[in-house]
Amino acid sequence: MADLTIDVRRLRKTYGDFEAVRGIDFEVRRGEVFGLLGPNGAGKTTTVEILEGYRSRSDGEVSVLGMDPGRRPRELRARVGIVLQSTGLYRHIKVREAVAHFAAMYPHPRAVDEVISVCGLEGKQDALARTLSGGQLRRLDLALALVGDPELIFLDEPTTGFDPAARRQAWDTIRSLKDLGKTVLLTTHYLDEAQALADRVAIIKDGRIVIEGAPRDLGASAGGPRYRVIYRNGDGGFVEHETEDPTTLLHELTGEALARGERLEGLTVTRPTLEDVYLELTAGSASEERTDR
Amino acid sequence: MTDVVTLAWRQYRLERKLFWRNPSAAFFNFLLPLLFLAFFGAILHGNQHDLNVIVPGIAGMSVMSTTFTALAFNMTFLREQGVLKRIRGTPMPGISYLLGVAGNAVTNTALQIIIITVAGRLFFNTGWPRDWGELAVFVAAGVLCFASLGVAFSHVIPNFDSAPAYVNAVFLPVIFISGVFYDAARAPGFIKGVAQALPLKHLIDGLSGAMVKGTSLGANISALGVIAAWAALGVLFAVRGFSWEQHRG
Repeated sequence: MADLTIDVRRLRKTYGDFEAVRGIDFEVRRGEVFGLLGPNGAGKTTTVEILEGYRSRSDGEVSVLGMDPGRRPRELRARVGIVLQSTGLYRHIKVREAVAHFAAMYPHPRAVDEVISVCGLEGKQDALARTLSGGQLRRLDLALALVGDPELIFLDEPTTGFDPAARRQAWDTIRSLKDLGKTVLLTTHYLDEAQALADRVAIIKDGRIVIEGAPRDLGASAGGPRYRVIYRNGDGGFVEHETEDPTTLLHELTGEALARGERLEGLTVTRPTLEDVYLELTAGSASEERTDR
Repeated sequence: MTDVVTLAWRQYRLERKLFWRNPSAAFFNFLLPLLFLAFFGAILHGNQHDLNVIVPGIAGMSVMSTTFTALAFNMTFLREQGVLKRIRGTPMPGISYLLGVAGNAVTNTALQIIIITVAGRLFFNTGWPRDWGELAVFVAAGVLCFASLGVAFSHVIPNFDSAPAYVNAVFLPVIFISGVFYDAARAPGFIKGVAQALPLKHLIDGLSGAMVKGTSLGANISALGVIAAWAALGVLFAVRGFSWEQHRG
């Protein structure tokens, strides 16, 4: 138990008649990057906001760093960093001013200059927030969440709207948090992001966790999609097979091809990706059209 | 506790710095009432009766614009932008933050009252206030009343785009019927009745007593009572309806 940074048991949240979260359980261990995936309206943000102390829960047990976020203890807020999905800032504040101002709220802040450089904002120290681009503002969000030197960091869609280079840079920053021994709870729409960063992921659909595990293991789990074998036949068209047993299939295919004196041009064998698992499991979600709440 | 005060002070200093950096806020909160004063002062030059009305009238309007208007705008903006939500996720106590924001507004009130008082003495021949203590009491009561009403009113404003419409729909009629620009005693009966029920007219009566007429606090105690009643209502709704987040929909 001592190693559990987050412990969620039978968590429920209802808004009137609508059950946004319908009894979910998960654990996040210390030093782990945990990814929460799911379509809009699946209950991701509701779950995270309960853990952050923004929302009350309807039922279940929640422990964050051994404390109950529903009671909003100040000590908990001092040990947690939060990057919300969309939060503004004073328009006329300078980057360095903002980071220094937030640093003063925490008992053991990191050095302001260090945080600015970790977040790639060195050149923008004296820029007003209103002059920053979307990506720069997002990096400032991250800087403000990191300056208190938190043990646990919540990242709600941290790279939405980033160009590919900026995303890679943000990923490096998030990996560096892991190297520092921080725990990260990440929610994201981007499956490659979860695959690249998360030690474990849970997929939420309609307020329930449908699957949980290491990204590379999820593809192999029961009921998930299968290996895909593709090659070009003698007419030049592509042939595609799905199988749970690629060894046998390949043996048959290559045996037949050799017997015919053909080559299997363009042969590829792909393992199911997190994306395949995700799309299969979240297909037909009742909440896909609902906005996230 | 010292921590709560230290953080409130830091927040206050930041708010002051940012206030002067934002030209439109500085203009509407600060210069506009002073421009009105200069403008009406010039028109009414030599007409001491009207000058004696306009100086405390503008002072009352300043109290309302620097607290009610400014806080209704600011709280709507801070809530819609998610600044309040962000602050809520930090260890800064909510009370420190709100004290810093409110302190900024009250500083503007104090500066304006000082400028109007000095202008009254130097340019409008109203002399120094007859009773400084009474002036301080009415300004303080007005600040509490209009600041809390401003925060309470921000809960009604659906979004920042509509804030000017909502705020001016209250502010403009109230300043016109409450005798900012003319002697309220000359207004038609039904307007007088409405103004009588609202706090600004009473604030102006009190300020007028303190600044030009020299009527004692005791003589204006009923005016203070009306302001206090509105303040109680304002505090009640400011606290009860308070939200750190924008309600959706």
